[in-house]
Amino acid sequence: MSNVFIVGYDGTKDGRRALDFALERAKSQNAAVHIVYVLEWSPYSFLTPEELEKRHARRKEEVELASNQIMSPLLKELEGSGVTVEGIIRYGKIPEVICDVAKKAGATQIIVGRNGGSDIAARFFGSVPGTLVQIAPVPITVVP
Amino acid sequence: MGDICNFWRLLKTPGLAVAALITLLPSTVWAQEAAMGIDEKINTAIAPVSNFIAYYIFYTVPVGGTDFPLIVGWLVIAASVFTLYFGFIQFRYFGHAISLVKGDYSDPDDAGEVSHFQALATALSGTVGLGNIAGVAVAVSIGGAGATFWMILAGLLGMASKFTECTLGVKFRNEYGDGTVSGGPMYYLEKGFALKNMPGLGKGLGIFFAICCIGGAVGGGNMFQANQSFKQFVTVTGGDASFFADKGWLFGIVMAVVVGVVIIGGIKSIARVTEKVVPFMAVIYVGAALVIIVMNYDMVGWAFGEIFTGAFTGAGVAGGVVGALIQGFKRAAFSNEAGIGSASIAHSAVRTKEPITEGFVSLLEPFIDTVVICTMTALVIIITGKLGSGLTGVDLTSSAFESAFSWFPYLLAVAVILFAFSTMISWSYYGLKAWTYLVGEDKKMELVFKIGFCLFVILGSSMTLGPVIDFSDSMIFAMAIPNIIGLYVLMPFVKAELEQYTAKLASGEIRKFKHS
Repeated sequence: MSNVFIVGYDGTKDGRRALDFALERAKSQNAAVHIVYVLEWSPYSFLTPEELEKRHARRKEEVELASNQIMSPLLKELEGSGVTVEGIIRYGKIPEVICDVAKKAGATQIIVGRNGGSDIAARFFGSVPGTLVQIAPVPITVVP
Repeated sequence: MGDICNFWRLLKTPGLAVAALITLLPSTVWAQEAAMGIDEKINTAIAPVSNFIAYYIFYTVPVGGTDFPLIVGWLVIAASVFTLYFGFIQFRYFGHAISLVKGDYSDPDDAGEVSHFQALATALSGTVGLGNIAGVAVAVSIGGAGATFWMILAGLLGMASKFTECTLGVKFRNEYGDGTVSGGPMYYLEKGFALKNMPGLGKGLGIFFAICCIGGAVGGGNMFQANQSFKQFVTVTGGDASFFADKGWLFGIVMAVVVGVVIIGGIKSIARVTEKVVPFMAVIYVGAALVIIVMNYDMVGWAFGEIFTGAFTGAGVAGGVVGALIQGFKRAAFSNEAGIGSASIAHSAVRTKEPITEGFVSLLEPFIDTVVICTMTALVIIITGKLGSGLTGVDLTSSAFESAFSWFPYLLAVAVILFAFSTMISWSYYGLKAWTYLVGEDKKMELVFKIGFCLFVILGSSMTLGPVIDFSDSMIFAMAIPNIIGLYVLMPFVKAELEQYTAKLASGEIRKFKHS
């Protein structure tokens, strides 16, 4: 199986640093990069009856938006980078989805950014890199 | 005395018992006097129509010395027929239903679509409410402890009705190009009957259902809720002496604005907050009940003894066994809405490859609503010894919980208001769907309905509207007439769905997704 790196990307500068780091390593190691963009979603959140009805249409819109605004421009930009890049848009909890994608792709490592904050919220509720470190099925690199 | 006579008259129209009991509170007599002017006019105008409708919908026949409302029999017989026809589906597939709600069968690639859990929670927030708190207290105070047994039985049977109507709701819904859907009894009556070569009858029943549903949404799903939550609000803010005592209109305007912001303004965050708080309230309520039950664990055996002996001897109850049975059946039917068709509207919005999965999920609703929550209320009332204290309705429940937790009445008042709010949001949607079925899917017409719905909130909380509530209550239960006729005719479709689904389960075509 070929060498696959998974990058968690959220469209921010921090995500971009992680991506650039991954691309650099991928080039030297001849690996493919799978970029995962996750739309935060819990099947246990509560919806009004009207939201229930519109959910399917909303989902389509959200996926289109993520694809047109974030993933497609990014993939276009990376076309000439010399690295095989794949874009994946998924719904769910960010760390879980990243791990799931990594497992399915047989990835060798996961690379994510961090926002560098030391705010209290992260201490109480945890952060994506923090959770990933605990649950990732393969080695993980957190890019500062 | 006049009040007492009035009370007994109202009580004969079952859904109204709660309203009657609470309006009888001394602390609320002011309301009747203060609002006499406009109130009286509206009452006189509507009374003849509402009495006429209520008389036929809640037509009673004497059984064992007690008046038995035929509509209750209609609901319970239907539930029994579906239970037998589907071979006790509610027990055989109970575990499977829980598995579906847990997401065991959900394809991870479908994440972002409405989950079974979300559909269940939304439908439940429309049914859990005053019926669970006040209705049960009415049942045991009139029908004795034994009424609990019959209530549980009716809840268990009702699971089969919900299963049938929610499966049909998904199967015969309309799907539009933009990905939205419209479903519910009016759609399965029209489309299902057309398949059975009875298009005219189906369309007629569909229209009849839609009209009743609009009436029920505006009345029982709105004015009744606004009215009762205002009464509770006044009671905890000081009763007669409360600043709000004569300001029902003010409470109504605030409530109408909040409802309007959600249903017209599309500000979902408020709805989401209540939708989150409502299950939380339900958990606190059941938790408090469990604590009381555990604290009195030595009485639990005795309480169940009372429930069983009461159910089969009817000792000390007017009408004996039949009296207890009527009260139990009545409250169960009015609390979980099985057979009414309302939940079918909410469930039909769920995108699923197999319509029957929504049926399985929905059969949990009467179980949670009636078998769990209503039974908790009844047990607490019996165990705390408050039964026979002369109290009834919300007062009885409140005093039973208060005997263990002094702060409980305040929590209960908040719970009543939140339950009322979430019930209003749900029913505004049910009413809207019935409305668009009649007038067509049109944004302007939708707005007309939504604005009207908000105005009724103000009306509901500022007045004591006996006949109006009487009328709207009849409308909700009138929904059961076309709906159940439809369920009888269309149940073979559900059976076919069940057979193909179980075959797929057996062959492994439908299987659990591995969760890592």
